[in-house]
Amino acid sequence: MSVDQPLIVISRSGSKRWISAADTAARKLGLKVGMAASKAQAMVSNLQMVDADPIADAAAVERLALWALRQYSPVVAVDGTDGIVMDTEGADHLQGGEELLISGMVNELRGKGLTARAAVADTWGAAHALARLTTNETTVVPRGDVAKAVTGLPIHCLRLAADTIQALRILGMETVGELSALPRAPVTLRFGPEVGRRLDHLFGRLAEPIEPLRTPDLVEVARNFQEPIGAPDTIAKYVRQLVVQLTAKLEERGLGVRRSDLVIFRVDNTRQCLRAGLAKPVRDPARLTKLLCDRIEKIDPGFGIERMVLVAVMAEPLEVKQVASTLVEEAVVDVTPLVDILGNRGQRLYRITPVASDVPERSFRRIGPTAVELGADWAARWPRPSRLLPYPEEIETMAVLPDQPPVVITWRGKRRRIVRADGPERIFGEWWLRPREMQAVRDYFVVEDEQGERLWVFRAGDGVDMKTGSHKWFLHGIFG
Amino acid sequence: MSHTHASRVVEELRDRIAHLEGSVSRKALVLPFGVSDVDERLPGGGLAYGALHEIAGGGAGTVDGAAAALFAAGISARAKGKVLWCLARPDLFAPALSQAGLHPDRVIYCEAGKEEDVLASMEEGLSFGGLAAVVGELVRLPMTASRRLQLAAEKTGTLGLVVRRWRRQTEASDYGQPTASTTRWRISVLPSQPLPVAGVGRARWLAELMRAKAGECAEFELGACDAKGRICLLPLSGNRSDTSAWRGSRVG
Repeated sequence: MSVDQPLIVISRSGSKRWISAADTAARKLGLKVGMAASKAQAMVSNLQMVDADPIADAAAVERLALWALRQYSPVVAVDGTDGIVMDTEGADHLQGGEELLISGMVNELRGKGLTARAAVADTWGAAHALARLTTNETTVVPRGDVAKAVTGLPIHCLRLAADTIQALRILGMETVGELSALPRAPVTLRFGPEVGRRLDHLFGRLAEPIEPLRTPDLVEVARNFQEPIGAPDTIAKYVRQLVVQLTAKLEERGLGVRRSDLVIFRVDNTRQCLRAGLAKPVRDPARLTKLLCDRIEKIDPGFGIERMVLVAVMAEPLEVKQVASTLVEEAVVDVTPLVDILGNRGQRLYRITPVASDVPERSFRRIGPTAVELGADWAARWPRPSRLLPYPEEIETMAVLPDQPPVVITWRGKRRRIVRADGPERIFGEWWLRPREMQAVRDYFVVEDEQGERLWVFRAGDGVDMKTGSHKWFLHGIFG
Repeated sequence: MSHTHASRVVEELRDRIAHLEGSVSRKALVLPFGVSDVDERLPGGGLAYGALHEIAGGGAGTVDGAAAALFAAGISARAKGKVLWCLARPDLFAPALSQAGLHPDRVIYCEAGKEEDVLASMEEGLSFGGLAAVVGELVRLPMTASRRLQLAAEKTGTLGLVVRRWRRQTEASDYGQPTASTTRWRISVLPSQPLPVAGVGRARWLAELMRAKAGECAEFELGACDAKGRICLLPLSGNRSDTSAWRGSRVG
């Protein structure tokens, strides 16, 4: 099977065969989903055809949903035959917000060779419709704007039976807006209650809880309450009890938690989730409780909570290690508890490690806060400024070419006379990264003005050959 | 006889006051600069562990905080253990910290979107214990927040360092507002140490100790941190009239 040739998937029922999916190349040639297979064969000569396998498709979607459950959100379920629905509330801040969450997810899927479209909206119905009907890869509907976003959409996004849609079309209904403007009673009389129910789902007038996907190997503990609870202290108390139960269960299997979800069921049949991630597998009840109780104020108990479930979504084998071998040896402090606490609040934590590059902005890289310590350091031959500007800023200078430091510089409107200077430190472009840097040169100088302010300036180019740079001067950093 | 009695009473009172201040257990716990002239001016003979110290820049340094950050890096380099560096503006250049003695493996950066989150992360880091120092770059440090940080530091004995940097130079007058920090410094850049040849010598700072709890204000002309994070006294005869007394103590 080749990648360049158009590919279609064929479904069959009885003797009828039709296209159930087509790739981009096939769609460009005018093949559409629902078209008869024989017609497609007549239109395109070198067509590749595959028989549909709905069972394998469903299994693949479920695998994807499980991956999303581990990665993105505590409440994930399979939506129809071609999608995943997830409740991102309480989990999106870990990815930096809704937009970053879905764009990151779409990119991640693209890396796996899948084309995906994602939408975030207040209701399942709206997100379902927008993800399938807009051409954008990602759509985020601001809170409360669902009605505006969906009124123009065609009615087949409503998750209704095909014959109902057909009948509504015959009546002249094309968009959701037109349908929702109709009086409810006659529509219900003719088509049953389903149309009204789906409209209410779409606009969020009727709750539509997502039943989260679960597999037998997920460790889960739950507690039902006879009387609904609501006080933060009470919630914390039961969270503590649940954590103890969960860790006991994990101990039986020799696992530690990497990611755990607290799902809270309220009496009004809505759900809230708290997700806590950990940098290393953990089975310490105190640490887990602290992570979960840290964000208890995010829970809105409403009229009360009737059920709490704690799931270890991601669990890994826990290695038992001896902390210190001798009394003389100093204990190495493990910072992972702190990293977990700050990370779960949505702070970006990282260490900076050297990269073998002379270009200042490429000489470092961010790594995880608990990554292995390699002991690498920068080869400190020349002083480096403590503040590096995000981009070099152009300055006006007076300097003697080719290799003298500037005499006067003007930066951000302030003119400074240079008293002392060191340099040049010549840095060559990295042609193996970008061909344009083949001949590029930067000459860095440390300059000091009359007040003693020390700045890091460079000239693009070697001062002789214009091929090496524009010979403009830039300020790149500030020394202390 | 009455004299010794009186001194005993005074001694007892001092003990009780010290106990009330909660500084009994950490009397000896200070991080000396290793420069006797500076250490003499600080109560206890160095920067107190388990306390909050404020550092700001002077002049253009109020905005970029370049020297103040290096001063904080030098202090945390000499303390033992890991350092949490909380910031909202990620323009710190890590190789410079490494040149001030702070190895990249020892620093964990915590980048927050908001000032309040920087404060919260600092408090969490200080109350975690086990870190050498927690550095935070902040614009505003209200009294309540500084008191919380100071209390968190006292509980665990971690060194708390706040690098104050403002958006505009005129906003730096905010530095006069009282906070609960134990010492307060202003580090301004001075012309570097003259060399016999053309070039930039060791960087020099004017370090003003603007406030020290149970101590007096002082001013020092310092040589910037070396590769081990140590500073030295480096006054110049230059255009200052009263430097003759300093000459004798010139180091390095």
